[in-house]
Amino acid sequence: MKLLQELREAGRGQDMQAVVERIPYARFLGIQVDQKGNEITTIMPFKTELVGNVNLPALHGGVIGAFLEMTAVIQLLFDTSCERLPKTIDVSIDYLRSGKPCPTYGRATVTRHGRRVANVRSEIWQEERARPIGVSHGHFLLTPI
Amino acid sequence: METVAQHLLEIPHAAAIGMTLVRHDERGCVTRIPYAEHLVGDPDTGVLHGGVLTALLDNTCGMAVRPPSYDPGSITMATLDLRIDYMESAAPHRDVYAEAVCYKRTRNIAFVRATAYQDSPDEPIATCVASFMLNTPNAPRREGLS
Repeated sequence: MKLLQELREAGRGQDMQAVVERIPYARFLGIQVDQKGNEITTIMPFKTELVGNVNLPALHGGVIGAFLEMTAVIQLLFDTSCERLPKTIDVSIDYLRSGKPCPTYGRATVTRHGRRVANVRSEIWQEERARPIGVSHGHFLLTPI
Repeated sequence: METVAQHLLEIPHAAAIGMTLVRHDERGCVTRIPYAEHLVGDPDTGVLHGGVLTALLDNTCGMAVRPPSYDPGSITMATLDLRIDYMESAAPHRDVYAEAVCYKRTRNIAFVRATAYQDSPDEPIATCVASFMLNTPNAPRREGLS
């Protein structure tokens, strides 16, 4: 059974928390979704397994990249109806500040939505929304229903 | 002196995804992660999450910045920019390797490219280019671990 189809049939096609709970790596990172109307914020609480530099300490660059990518995919799934999870074609990440040992939040915007490809920008921050720790833009391959 | 292999084990997220060092010499750095259920990105297919490859490539690039003869703790760095192209899904239930080469190192910045593959570096599943800021502060934050 396909994950997205299963959720749609259960009437939870727009329930993004249910989606992340079914993606093992998202569950491992501890990603949650805060959904208020059509506004989606992803949340990644801090835990030791996410650290890349134990001295500072700072979040691993790969974790920051994964969270940006996950934030993009969640927004894309919310905005569109897909048969399968979108496939990342490419992603370009700017690391702006080191990630502190505290919760990280993410928002994404689908900047262009074509039939097969979508462009998505993501931004993640910690204590201050105006001081993002990372931004990314990526292209995703879609499988429309 | 701590070896790069030991240093890798002490990076919590690298350990969490099961990263180990295959080789590190003048030609670059090769690492490996075994397939694991908690790294899956698409439960319908069992394919690894793109973010796992991001973590693998980012970490391997960082390791390639350090010459193999250096104490890994003596060079500090932070990723500035990372761009990844995903060419193909990683085949489930098989290891993934990453090979990184630092092709230019200046006083402040290092430029690195890397390839993730399963069978051979000639058949990449993902490639990336990254730049790193060198000699970044590494002292504990004043706030410490919260």
